[in-house]
Amino acid sequence: MGEYAVEMLHITKKFPGIVANDDITLQLKKGEIHALLGENGAGKSTLMSVLFGLYQAEEGEIRKDGKKVEIKNPNDANALGIGMVHQHFKLVECFSVLDNIILGSEPVQGGFLKKDEARKKVMELSNRYHLQIEPDAVVENITVGMQQRTEILKMLYRDNEILIFDEPTAVLTVQEIEELMQIMKGLAKEGKSILFISHKLNEIMEVSDRCTVLRKGKYIGTVETKETTPEKLSAMMVGRNVSFKVEKKPAEPGDVVLDAKHLTVAGQNKKDAVQDVSFQVRKGEIVCITGIDGNGQTELVYGLSGLEPLKSGSISMNGKDITKASIRERSVSGMSHIPEDRHKHGLILDYLLEDNMVLQRYFEPQFTSQFGFLKRKEIREYSDRLIEKYDIRSGQGSSTMVRSMSGGNQQKAIIAREIDKNPDFLIAVQPTRGVDIGAIEFIHKQLIEQRDAGKAVLLVSLELDEVMDVPDRILVMYEGRIVGEFKPDEVTVEELGLYMTGAKKQEV
Amino acid sequence: MNTKKEKKRFLEIGGVQTVIASLICIILGLLVGYIVLLFINPGGAWDAMTSILKNFLYFPRPEVALEYFGSTLVKTAPLLMCTLSILFAYKVGLFNIGASGQYAVGAGLALYLALAHQMPWYVCMIAAMIGGGILGGIAGILKAYLNVNEVIAGIMLNWISLYSVNMLLTNVKESSTTYTMALKTNSPGALIPSFGLDRLFSNNRYVTIAIPLAVIIAILVWLVMSKTKLGYELKATGLNRNAAKYAGMKEKRNMILTMVIAGCLSGLGAAFLYLSGIEQWSCAQTAVPTMGFNGIAAAFLGGLNPIGSIFSAFFIQHITSGGSYVDKMVYSAQISDLISAIIIYFCGFVLFFKYCMNRKAKK
Repeated sequence: MGEYAVEMLHITKKFPGIVANDDITLQLKKGEIHALLGENGAGKSTLMSVLFGLYQAEEGEIRKDGKKVEIKNPNDANALGIGMVHQHFKLVECFSVLDNIILGSEPVQGGFLKKDEARKKVMELSNRYHLQIEPDAVVENITVGMQQRTEILKMLYRDNEILIFDEPTAVLTVQEIEELMQIMKGLAKEGKSILFISHKLNEIMEVSDRCTVLRKGKYIGTVETKETTPEKLSAMMVGRNVSFKVEKKPAEPGDVVLDAKHLTVAGQNKKDAVQDVSFQVRKGEIVCITGIDGNGQTELVYGLSGLEPLKSGSISMNGKDITKASIRERSVSGMSHIPEDRHKHGLILDYLLEDNMVLQRYFEPQFTSQFGFLKRKEIREYSDRLIEKYDIRSGQGSSTMVRSMSGGNQQKAIIAREIDKNPDFLIAVQPTRGVDIGAIEFIHKQLIEQRDAGKAVLLVSLELDEVMDVPDRILVMYEGRIVGEFKPDEVTVEELGLYMTGAKKQEV
Repeated sequence: MNTKKEKKRFLEIGGVQTVIASLICIILGLLVGYIVLLFINPGGAWDAMTSILKNFLYFPRPEVALEYFGSTLVKTAPLLMCTLSILFAYKVGLFNIGASGQYAVGAGLALYLALAHQMPWYVCMIAAMIGGGILGGIAGILKAYLNVNEVIAGIMLNWISLYSVNMLLTNVKESSTTYTMALKTNSPGALIPSFGLDRLFSNNRYVTIAIPLAVIIAILVWLVMSKTKLGYELKATGLNRNAAKYAGMKEKRNMILTMVIAGCLSGLGAAFLYLSGIEQWSCAQTAVPTMGFNGIAAAFLGGLNPIGSIFSAFFIQHITSGGSYVDKMVYSAQISDLISAIIIYFCGFVLFFKYCMNRKAKK
């Protein structure tokens, strides 16, 4: 019995045209919390997929308790006691918490479920690790935090010794994150070994014992967390020094550009997703709407952009009523929209980059002749210009299939397209989701440039760093209503968290 | 090493893949068809297969062969139209299995106007087109506004159309048979003119301008799909309906428009066949015309490309016609349809083989 629970030694995994993992070594000690840090595309997911048996490495070996093992598929991984909480939970929404936990390894006798036995074991685990759950609640009705605890219990129920957490805090509130950190520490104390994947430095600093950094598929190093600083870690991750603080001048708000009054938007269930929401966005300011995912932000944006009809309320832009205007009319009269889901709305993945660049303006006379033929040459030139200006990287320039581009560059393409339209009102929903630190810096700079050019910007974000740094005004949404309005420098993250979870409320 | 790399790259070109995949499908279809023939009657298998493949070349005299070549082309024109109909809808993410019904409606309207009202050919043709278009539009509206799957709606409409057309055309059928009256004797003005094209095919009087017209329409479909704003919008709607909506396209209108155009193409196809006079509609038929279904295979065999469709539609019509030359003394009458069906069935696998090739090329 060695000191390491699991070792991945000199792992190399190649894909056509790219070495996703290049001689990477990761050693997880027993009972430690080991952070795996890296930008998007650094090779974290590939490495975990190798550990989980989803990919086979070309070179290198995996050892469990010092013995070499072959992991050919996820079942092998499970048998070795390796469990994972995925970033997007893999729960059956209409099953109870208990059913979800035991799903796949139900105790049976003669073909009948022995649920009482399972319940006893689950509740024991729940008490031992302070993972508070309601075993009989249906998953779709419980909080994201409890869903995550359900996922953790799933691993513990299977007696997993090695627990992988893939960006577990992305969907949580500040309070829930704090709670998760305590749970992870508790698990480690009980002898579980934890691999914690993240690119949030403050969390890594708080919870981990050691940290391994990857960059562009290469192993950069493993450090003792106690002996490092966030600045050092980020330099290791990015390969250069990055400014964390967003540089910006004080806002100089001008006339009202967007005026939303008493908006109500229907939800998927009986309840309205947005209820009687009113706010304004002025020239030269960035207003941020934040809240926990699923509190009506998405539907509010759908209502503003025209993707979903309003149940009631009115919207005006530059003094003109656009409540009944079509999506195209809104777009032509000066609204740009960086959508939340770039694959669902923002891009046609099987179109070329140049065709995506003109998605909002292909019908303009500069791109379509009067006989309805596309002006291919002009489209190409326009696309080349945007690629150059916004530094969008792709394999074959304008004629790259968008599907083959990296997420960050896809996002840059959308941002280029929406900003270059020269809008009066820019909606940016989660503009930095899933993009790396370098691209985040770039996107924030673009938003602030738009503000300084006198545009009205509405930012919708869940990322607390972004919420605190970028906007001039913060609106918090909870259960479809705006429950608080703040200036970023007059509020703390903890305070915001209380509003986001509905614990506090302002009369707005 | 170097040549291997180049070979790989060659295999990665989309067009090359499609042609190779289409050829593999054809060969496999022929092979399986041959095996089936061997099982039924080993002695005549080779002869049967060659007559299917030879089709009009079955006739040793060149003038006769040319004449029958003309007949194959006459039937290729409507098949090409149905193929274009399927392909057009497919590019917009819709599966127009209703092409057969649209085709039936086109035939019904064309023949009724020709025989009951003595209308000229172009009026009959336009009516057939509009009729098919309306039927396609119904499926489109159901899909866009009520989210009714266009395949279900299409299949239902196929049967509704077939029996409505049978009913309508009973008014203009020959008294002694179930077939509609011959155009040549009853409404010669409804026959599509040939402008001398018939002379190129040993005076085959069924050869009309419908054949070049179908080819021109194929080129037009290609032009619209790849060069115009309309094509850009329609393809965008097909590839990502949500993104099309986000970009301010009228995605519902686009879907309906697509189905209308697809329906027009099928309807026009029927006019191309029945207004040439080569066939009469049987008012007792209880099966939906197969043209619409063969169009599916032809569309895939042609690599979902309008220009490729010209060749694939010809091939499928070629073997379908060739099937009628199989020796009926050796095999039962249904065998020719069975063998063509097997070959057509395999033609649908083009995308599958393309996928296999892609995977191989990537490895």
